[in-house]
Amino acid sequence: MKNPLDTLWGTVISGLVLTVVLYFLARSMMGA
Amino acid sequence: MTMDFIQYGLGRWLHIMAGVMWIGLLYYFNFVQVDAMKAAAADTPPTGAGITKHVAPRALFFFRWAAVVTVLMGAMMLGDKIDDALFFKERAYIPIGVGAWLGLIMFFNVWVLIWPNQKKILGIVSATDDEKAKARRVAFLASRTNTMLSMPMLFFMVASGGLFRRAIFGG
Repeated sequence: MKNPLDTLWGTVISGLVLTVVLYFLARSMMGA
Repeated sequence: MTMDFIQYGLGRWLHIMAGVMWIGLLYYFNFVQVDAMKAAAADTPPTGAGITKHVAPRALFFFRWAAVVTVLMGAMMLGDKIDDALFFKERAYIPIGVGAWLGLIMFFNVWVLIWPNQKKILGIVSATDDEKAKARRVAFLASRTNTMLSMPMLFFMVASGGLFRRAIFGG
């Protein structure tokens, strides 16, 4: 599988996915 | 009052100015320079020497030192709450804690992975062609990793204060 960081679009999409994942993780840590 | 002004007023101002410079140059490298250098290398004869000699070293200078100022000012603002943030001890400090960890990982990437490898690529320290090729890949991936991490990092930075935190994470 190609590394998504090799393309700009792959990098941006990875960043968006990571943002969503961390958002829900932080929310659950905060008991929201 | 004066200490608060320095810690929060000057601290936040400098944190944001340095952060804009750091992430701005990171985006310049990733969104502009990488592809520009590829195109320049494909020219006959190659035309990227000016970027390598005159642009990249200056950009990297402000890039890595802006990272230092950003982290120092961030730490100054957190003050004695830094452990609450970094160890997620207090609910209200969880968003800024996540942002701070992302920023610290990015800072590590700048000083441990990007800059030492860029020194080899730019010829500031001597390296064989094999070492340069390896350095180019490591620096590239660390830079792309930072571009990816910058997105959640900025989200948590802007979502960490007062009414923004309450709106995004609830009361």
